[in-house]
Amino acid sequence: MSLVYRSEMHRMEVGGRHYAFLVPSSIFVELDSDARFVLDALESGPKPLVELAADAAKAEVLRELAHVGAVKRPGPELIPMPAKAAKGDAFAPPPLSSLVLNVTNSCNLACRYCYEYGDDRLAKAETASVMNEEVARQSVDLLFAQAKKGQKLQLTFFGGETLLNFKVIQPTVAYARRRSAEEGQFIDFSLTTNATLLTPAIVQWLAENNIGVTVSIDGPKEYQDGMRVYSTGMGSYDVVAPRIRELLKVHRGRPIGARVTVTSKTLDLLRTRQHLVDEMGFYEVGFAPVTSSPGRDYSLGEDGFTRLLEQFEILSEEYVEGALRNHYTGFANMADMMGEVHQGVSKAYPCGAGVGLLGVAPEGDLGLCHRFAGAGDHDFGHVSTGIDAAKRTEHLAKGHLDNRTDCHTCWARSLCSGGCYHEAQVRYGDRFQPNLHYCDYIRSWTELTLRSYARILEGNPAFLERFDRSRAA
Amino acid sequence: MKHLKAVNRKAEAMFERIDAEGGEVRGLQEPPPHYPAGCTTIFSPGWEVDAAGTPAGLCQPVERDLYDCYKTCYWPAQVPDYLNNNPDWHSGCGSATQDWRKLDLVFP
Repeated sequence: MSLVYRSEMHRMEVGGRHYAFLVPSSIFVELDSDARFVLDALESGPKPLVELAADAAKAEVLRELAHVGAVKRPGPELIPMPAKAAKGDAFAPPPLSSLVLNVTNSCNLACRYCYEYGDDRLAKAETASVMNEEVARQSVDLLFAQAKKGQKLQLTFFGGETLLNFKVIQPTVAYARRRSAEEGQFIDFSLTTNATLLTPAIVQWLAENNIGVTVSIDGPKEYQDGMRVYSTGMGSYDVVAPRIRELLKVHRGRPIGARVTVTSKTLDLLRTRQHLVDEMGFYEVGFAPVTSSPGRDYSLGEDGFTRLLEQFEILSEEYVEGALRNHYTGFANMADMMGEVHQGVSKAYPCGAGVGLLGVAPEGDLGLCHRFAGAGDHDFGHVSTGIDAAKRTEHLAKGHLDNRTDCHTCWARSLCSGGCYHEAQVRYGDRFQPNLHYCDYIRSWTELTLRSYARILEGNPAFLERFDRSRAA
Repeated sequence: MKHLKAVNRKAEAMFERIDAEGGEVRGLQEPPPHYPAGCTTIFSPGWEVDAAGTPAGLCQPVERDLYDCYKTCYWPAQVPDYLNNNPDWHSGCGSATQDWRKLDLVFP
C-alpha cells in the first residue's frame, strides 16, 4: 500500500487566506480549500494514496502539492541523508568576499554592555591596540588574493571606536581603490561609528568617498545616556546628536542606518524608531538584543524576549501600514527578514562569518568575524601568512545546519540556522551551540514577518519589488 | 497550478520550472502503457515488465541483474557503482559462473 506523507511546513491564516511556508525550501504558497483539505487530512499522519487521490480532481491537488514538495511519497528521500560533514572535502571554503577590519580595540566610550570592552569580552588583548597601515594594506591584499574574479568585495571598518584610527582608514581606502582599479574588481566600503568623533572634515570625506555609514546609537537622550556613557559616566547623547545631524545633512549618497542595542532598560522601540528616523533623519534602524551572560541587570531574560517581541509587533504593524501606503518606516529588522522571505533564502549557516567573511584584529589575526577577531582560540590565520584553510573548513563542517541536531525539528531553521556564533560563545561557551534561549522568540518573529509579508502582498504587492535586489549581503 | 498560488519569489521560480518541464515523469503509471527502455531489454528484464510486456517473466535472480545494476543502470545503493567509485570492482571476475566469489563487498 502506497502512503502519502505531509512534508515539513508552517501553516497560517492571514485575513481569511491560508498559507504554507515549506521547510527547508522556504517556498511560500497560498492554499485553496482543496489543498487545505488534503493537508488537513495528512496532519495526523500518512494516508494511503488511493484514498487521497480517489478521483482525477483530487489527484491533481495531490500532484500540485507533490510538485512543490508539500507532500511526499515514501522513497529514498525519506531516509535521512547522512550529514555532508561525513565528506571533508564537501566543505572546501568559498572565496572571500568581505573583510571586517577592527582598526582599533580602544573606544572613547565605555558602554556597559559592550562585548569589546564590557563585562563579557572575548578578545585576549589586555591593552588596547591599534591597527597600523601595513596590516590594513595586507588585509586588502588578502581580500583581493582570496576573492573570486568579478565578485563585488566589501571592506568594513570596525572597532572599538572606528574613527579613533581614522588616519589609517583614509590611506587604506585609497590603497584599496588603487588595487580595485588594477584588478578590475569592484569594492565597497563601510564603517560603524558611535558618532562622537565625527568632524565636518571627516563627514565630508565619508560623503566624497561614498562610504556606507552605520551609527551605533540607542535612541532618545534618556536611552542613549543610560548605557552609552563615557568612562566618567557622562552620557553621550548631547555629543553625538549634532554630529549625526551634520552627517545626515551632508552625506546624501547612500542611506545611513542606526544600529540600536536593546537592553531590558530601553524597550520602548517605537519611540526609539520615531526619534531616530522621523526626528533625526536616519534612513532606517536595526535593533539587536544585547549579548550578555545571563544575570546582568540589563540583559534580556525570558521575559525580556517576550517584551522585545511585543515591541516588534508594534513596529511591524506600523511597518505594514506604511508599506500599504508605499512608505518605508525604517524598521530594518523587518525589511531584512522580509528580503529573505521574498527571495526564499534557505540558509545552511546563520551568517556569512567564516563563509565569505572574516574579521581582522588590530594585530592582523584573522577571526570568524569582527566579534571574534583577536580572541585566541578562534583565530583563522594572519593577514601576513594567509587564511588557515583547515580551521575554516572545520568551522564550515561543524557550523553546518545539518550538524545542529537541536534545530532539526524547527520550522524556522532555514531562516535562522541556529543564530549568532558570538551570542552562543558568550552564552554557552561554544559557538556551534544553537541559541536555544531565544528559539520561541525567533519562531514568533519569523511568523510575524511571514504574516506581514502576506498582508503586504495582498494590499500593495508593488512595495515588495524593492526586495528583488537582495538585501541579504 | 490551480490549487496553489506562489507567494514569494522562490515559489514563483519553482512554479515556472514546473511549467517549463511540462509536469512530472510518469513511468508505467498511466495509460497508454509505457514500456521502459534502458534496463528492460530482452537480455535482462528489469522489475517492470518482461520482454512480452507482462510481469510474468520478472523476478530474475539477483545474480542476473547484478552487472546491469553495477554498470549500465547505475543503482548504486544496492551494488557498488561502476560510474564513479568502483570501476575495478568486477576486474577479478572474468567469468561470472567461475569467478563470482571474487566479487567482494566494498568498504568505503
